[in-house]
Amino acid sequence: MAMHRIRVKVNGAAHESEVESRLLLVHYLREMLRLTGTHIGCDTTHCGACTVLLDGRPVKSCTVLAVQADGRDVMTVEGLEKDGKLDPIQEGFFQEHGLQCGYCTPGMMMTSHALLQRNPNPSEGEIRQAISGNLCRCTGYVNIVKSVQHAAAAARSRS
Amino acid sequence: MSAPTPKTTPEVGGMGHSIKRKEDPRFLRGRGNYVDDIQLPGMLHMDIARSPYAHAKIKKIDTEKAMKVPGVLAVITGATLEQYKLHWMPTLMSDTQMVLPTDRVMYQAQEVAAVIATDRYAAADGAAAVEVEYEPLPVVVDPFKALEPGAPVLRTDKPGKKDNRIWHWEAGDRAATEKAFREADVVVKEQIYIPRIHVASIETCGCVADFDRVTGKLTVFMTTQAPHAIRTVFALVAGHVGLSEEKIRIVSPDIGGGFGGKVPVYPGYVIAVAASVVIGKPVKWVEDRMENLQADSFARDYHMTAELAAKKDGTMTAVRIKTLADHGYADAAANPSKFPAGLFSICTGSYDLKNAFCEVDGVYTNKPPGGVAYRCSFRVTEAVHAIERITDRLAQELKMDPAALRMKNFIPKEKFPYHSALGWEYDSGDYPAALKKAMDLIGYDALRKEQVEKRAKGELMGIGISSFTEIVGAGPSKHFDILGIKMFDSCELRVHPTGKAIARFGTKSQGQGHETTYAQIIAEELGIPAAHVQVEEGDTDTAPYGLGTYASRSTPTAGAAGAIAARKVRDKAKKIAAHLLEVSEDDLVWEPGKFSVKGAPQKAKTIQEIALAAYTNHPQGMEAGLEAVDYYDPPNLTFPFGSYICVVDIDRGTGEVKIRRFVAVDDCGNIINPMIVDGQIHGGLTMGMAPALLEEISYDEQGNNQAGSFMDYLVPTAMETPSWETAKTTTPSPHHPFGAKGVGESATVGAPPAIVNAVVDALAHLGVKHLDIPITPEKVWRILKEKGVAE
Repeated sequence: MAMHRIRVKVNGAAHESEVESRLLLVHYLREMLRLTGTHIGCDTTHCGACTVLLDGRPVKSCTVLAVQADGRDVMTVEGLEKDGKLDPIQEGFFQEHGLQCGYCTPGMMMTSHALLQRNPNPSEGEIRQAISGNLCRCTGYVNIVKSVQHAAAAARSRS
Repeated sequence: MSAPTPKTTPEVGGMGHSIKRKEDPRFLRGRGNYVDDIQLPGMLHMDIARSPYAHAKIKKIDTEKAMKVPGVLAVITGATLEQYKLHWMPTLMSDTQMVLPTDRVMYQAQEVAAVIATDRYAAADGAAAVEVEYEPLPVVVDPFKALEPGAPVLRTDKPGKKDNRIWHWEAGDRAATEKAFREADVVVKEQIYIPRIHVASIETCGCVADFDRVTGKLTVFMTTQAPHAIRTVFALVAGHVGLSEEKIRIVSPDIGGGFGGKVPVYPGYVIAVAASVVIGKPVKWVEDRMENLQADSFARDYHMTAELAAKKDGTMTAVRIKTLADHGYADAAANPSKFPAGLFSICTGSYDLKNAFCEVDGVYTNKPPGGVAYRCSFRVTEAVHAIERITDRLAQELKMDPAALRMKNFIPKEKFPYHSALGWEYDSGDYPAALKKAMDLIGYDALRKEQVEKRAKGELMGIGISSFTEIVGAGPSKHFDILGIKMFDSCELRVHPTGKAIARFGTKSQGQGHETTYAQIIAEELGIPAAHVQVEEGDTDTAPYGLGTYASRSTPTAGAAGAIAARKVRDKAKKIAAHLLEVSEDDLVWEPGKFSVKGAPQKAKTIQEIALAAYTNHPQGMEAGLEAVDYYDPPNLTFPFGSYICVVDIDRGTGEVKIRRFVAVDDCGNIINPMIVDGQIHGGLTMGMAPALLEEISYDEQGNNQAGSFMDYLVPTAMETPSWETAKTTTPSPHHPFGAKGVGESATVGAPPAIVNAVVDALAHLGVKHLDIPITPEKVWRILKEKGVAE
C-alpha cells in the first residue's frame, strides 16, 4: 500500500504524518493523533457522528481520506474550548440539556458551530435543516435546537 | 397531582431540581471514554466474515488467502472454537445459538469466521479474503409458513425437534373470555403487525478483550447494559476452559446509547474473548453499522390478532389477543426467564376489563436471533399498540369519540391498587386526569371542529389518542430472574470523613444521566450536595452486583437501593449525632443535612460533622466509618402511564404524514430531575414516531435484509421530528421508597398508537379502519389513490 506524507493542521497544531492512501480522516484523527472525541456511527455518511470542520466547513470524516486533508485545517471537538473557556455551542448544549449519551454530540456541535459561523441568527427551521445530517437517538432534537439557539443568543450578546 | 416542592435547596440539589448533568463536561469536550476509544499496548483488531446466505450448508472454509494478507495473524472458525467447545452458546432464554458455525448458516450476515490482525484495515482485508463454499438451503422467512406442515425444520441441531415452534405461552381465562365474547353486543377484530425494527444506537456494539496470561485475569471493556450478568454468563459458559468468575472483570465504559440492543451476548464478544485468551494479547472488535443492523438482535416482529368485546354503550367487556412471535433462528430474547413473551400480559391496558386472554407462539425463521426491547420494558410496546389500536377500532365501530370511550372504560382512580384480569397489581394511577390534561393542552374540542371543517373542504387531518399503561422496574424476585439470578439491584454508599461520598450501583447508564440523578437521590436522603456525591457504575471489580439498566428498571430498583442505603447511613448517623450531642436518639429530628435536638434547633450536627466523627470520634463499641450497602428487591413493579394526543395533516399529493402537534402528558410518579425526565420523553417520543412512520427491517423471500444500512433504515432526523410538547401529572408509586416509577421508555411505548390512530382518524371517513406501521408516504398515497382523493 502506497504511503504518503501529509501535513495537516489540527486544532491549530501542525502535524506531519506518513499515511496509507486509503486511511480515512476519522481514523487518522482517532488512532494516529488519538483525538477520540470524533466518533464513528455508520459507514455511509448518514449519521454525522464523525463530523469535523475541514477549512471551516463541516465534513463527515468517515468519507474523507486523510490524504485529502493534506495542507488543510481540521477542527475537531477538542478544538472548541479556548483558554479553558467553553465555546458558546458547548455552553448551549450544557445549559439546554442538548445531549444524553454524548455519542452524537461532538459531530452535532461541529455542524452547529459551522452553522452559527455563517448564520449567527438561524431560525428553528434553519437549525433543523443544518443538523439534518446528524442523527441523534436520545434527545429527539428538541433540546439540541434549543442548545443552538442558546449559543446563537450568547454569541450575539457577546458581540 | 401537582409536582411537590423540592425539600432541598438548589445548592444541595435533591429531588425535583433540574441540576445540570455531571457527565456533560467530559462529553462536551470530546473526553468521553467509549469502547472504541480504548487503545491498549499491543492491541490486535478483529473483523468478521459473514454469510451472504440466509440458510446454507457450509461445505468448506478456506483461510489460506486470508492468512497471507499482511498483518493477519489468525483466522478463527467454528472448527477452532469447537476444540474448546465454544462454538455454541446458551441464550438468555435457555435456547442455544452459534458463536461460529461448523456446518450451517441460519441467517444472512451470520458470523462465519473471524480474522485477527495488527490493525483494523488488515483485519478487514483478511475477512474479505476468507473463502467459503456454500450450498444454499430452502429459506423460511414467513413465520406463518414456518408452522405449516412440511416446512423445513430449521433447528436440526435439536434432537427430536420436528417443527419450528419454539414455545407456546398464554395468560388469562380462555373460557370466561370466550363467554364474554359470545355475550357481547359488539366485537371488533384487527390483524396488527408490528414489524422488525432495530434500536440503532449511534454507537454500535464492540469490545476490547484483554487476557493476562500471567495473572489469568480477563478484562473485557464492552458495550453492555448489564456488566455483572455478563460476567456470570462468561464464567458459566467458559468455566470449562479455565475462566473463573473472580478472574473476570467486565467494564462497561461510556455507552453511546443502548435501548435494549446492548443486553445480549453477541458472538463477536465471545470470539474476541476467545482470541485474546488464545493469543494472549488484547483484541478489539467493533462492528460497523451494517453488521449492527443485519446481525444484532432485533425488536418487535409480532403478528397480532386483537379482538375487543363491548356493550352497545361502549363498556368494554373482554379482550383477546393471539400472537405469532418471529424470533429468528434462535430465541435470543432478553426477557426475564419465566416470561417468554415478556410482559405482554399488560395488554388490558388502562381499562377496567373483567375478562382477558392472550396467547403467544414463538417461531423459528431464517433471520437473526432475538428479540430485545427497543426502548421498552419486555414486549410492553406490542401490548399497548394492540389495546390502543383496537380501542380506537371500537370507537369507530360505535361512532363514539375515542376520548369519551376511553374515559368511560378507564380503571377508576379509587380502584387502585388494581388487580388486572391477567394477574398484575397496578400500583397506582389516575388515568382520567392525564387524558383530560392532554385534551385541555391541545384544545381537543376545537380540533374536532376544525377537522369537520377541513373534511368539508377535502383536507385530511386526524387526531389520535393513546392512553397507555406501562409495567416497568423488573422486578420482584418472586417472579423475576435472568438465568436464575433474581432481578434485584444494588447500591454501595460510602461517606468520606470530609462529608463527601461515593456511591456505586449495579446498573449502567447509557445516556440516562445516572451520575446526576443517583447523586440527587443521595442528596435528597442525606443532605449532602449532589455535587459532592461521586457516582460510579459499570466496573464489576468495584460496583455491587446488579442486573443492569434496561426496561426502565434503574430508578425503580437501583435508585431505590440508593435511597435505602442512604437511609441506613442516616440511621448510623443518628446514633453518632446522639453521641456528639449527648442526647438520646429519640430526642433528635432530621431535616435535610442535619440532626437537631427537639425543641432546641440550635443544638444540631450536620451530616458533614457526623461524617467526620464517624472516623475521628465515633462512640465506643460502634464500628468506625459511615457506609451501607443495599440490595433492593422491589415488592411490585411500577406502572407509569400517560395520555398522548397527536394531530396529523396528510399531504394528498405525496401521502406524507406531517405531525402538526403532539402533546404528551406523562405520569412517572415523583421526579428526580425534571430536565432529564423531559429529555427522556423527547427521545422516547422520537423513538416512538420512528417505527410508526419510518423504520422497518424486512426480508425478501431469500432472506436478504432489505434495510441493512442507514441508506434504507430510516432513523428520524431533525426534519421529520416535531417539536414535542410535554406535561405531567404526578401519582407517586405507593411502594417505591421515594414514589418514583421510571420514565425512559414510556414515550416509545405510548407514541406509536397515538400516531397510527391519528392517521386512521384522518382517513376514517374514506372507510379506512387500520394501518400497519410504518405508515410510509407510499402506503398512504396508495390508499388515497384507491379512494380517489390523491392530488
